[in-house]
Amino acid sequence: MSRPVSNPGGELVRSEAPSELLRELVAHLRQNRTQLREEWVMNITETRLLTAMTKEEIFAEATSVYDSYVEALETEAFEALQAYARNLSERIIPRGVETHEVVGIVLLLRDVLARSLFAKYQTDFKKLNRILDAYEPAANRIANTVAVGFVQERERVIRQQQEAIRELSTPVLQVRERLLILPIIGVIDPQRARQLTEQLLRGIRTNRAKVVVIDITGVAAMDVTVANHLVQTVEASRLLGATVIVTGLSPEIAQTLVTIGVDLGKMNTVGDLQGGIEQAERLLGYKVVTLAETR
Amino acid sequence: MEVPILKQGEVLIATFQAALSDADLEHLRRGLVQQVVKFRSRGVIVDVTAMDVMDSFASRTLREIAHMIRLRGAETVIVGIQPEVAFAMVQLGLTLEDVATALDLEEGLAYLSEKFKNID
Repeated sequence: MSRPVSNPGGELVRSEAPSELLRELVAHLRQNRTQLREEWVMNITETRLLTAMTKEEIFAEATSVYDSYVEALETEAFEALQAYARNLSERIIPRGVETHEVVGIVLLLRDVLARSLFAKYQTDFKKLNRILDAYEPAANRIANTVAVGFVQERERVIRQQQEAIRELSTPVLQVRERLLILPIIGVIDPQRARQLTEQLLRGIRTNRAKVVVIDITGVAAMDVTVANHLVQTVEASRLLGATVIVTGLSPEIAQTLVTIGVDLGKMNTVGDLQGGIEQAERLLGYKVVTLAETR
Repeated sequence: MEVPILKQGEVLIATFQAALSDADLEHLRRGLVQQVVKFRSRGVIVDVTAMDVMDSFASRTLREIAHMIRLRGAETVIVGIQPEVAFAMVQLGLTLEDVATALDLEEGLAYLSEKFKNID
């Protein structure tokens, strides 16, 4: 809808509503799609963005990004755009594409399209201003939405990987009937310690374990909080009817345990894993003999 | 709520249902010891599989039950503590020390028969 307004110069000018302006510029962007998209892809290559992708891949993605961009301008459906951005990110993050590249190409597209609008309306400065008034907020919102979508996807991937690493690093292994081994390697923080305990207790119940050997040879140091967690793990395991043998304590960790006043009478420790397994077998009533001895 | 107490030879088996009140626990403590005396039991299994929380009152009562039963010359085994409950208990410092524990009823019975063999 348009209505006549008076500008300071006294002339009567028709002022289009923002939605009308948007429709006009969207039509222009669609008409010149091929050319503008080419220009954009050229800029991407020149500024050395998306180096992890081949020309064909860039072209394919560029086409769908261009169309989604123009559609977002038209429909202002930013949720759909964010979903698209996350989807796109899911595809390109494994290819090694970085945040600055994604933000960079979206801003390049914004600029390519803006320049094209300058060119089209260069003879009508007032109209150009109105067109830009409609274009700029929408274009900025698009850049924002895509960047946020990309970052959110990255964060989701990182969380997923962290979870996978945590699970990988605390396997509960059954080496004999009723005997579990929990080899711990690396750094234990309170969160990992808690996860360890939960996994171990579940393992005790599932495997009906009577003895557990927790080997901490691979753990260099332990702060007081984590040392307490270890003691609690031993106590909780006992409540499930399992005896815990801790093996591989480094001198530093032994010192920490003494410092926090652990009742060593309650904690069963053996020097190394081999010794721990041998003691566990004795507790379970096993005796290991060489074949020569059995003849 | 009554806690059912079953007799299996020389062993009494008390099975907790979920959510026992403090009064129920008191009642059980008296009832169990009476039954140990009546049947001259040598062992008691308290099955807490159905308990999804263990507070300090329940924990203390279980220890007192075990002590009283020991004074009658019998051994108590607590069985069926769930992993989540065990975790919560140790964080509160409720370790049920000096009370025997086992994974489940089967393990509890095995433990007691082993103990009886050693005594005989």
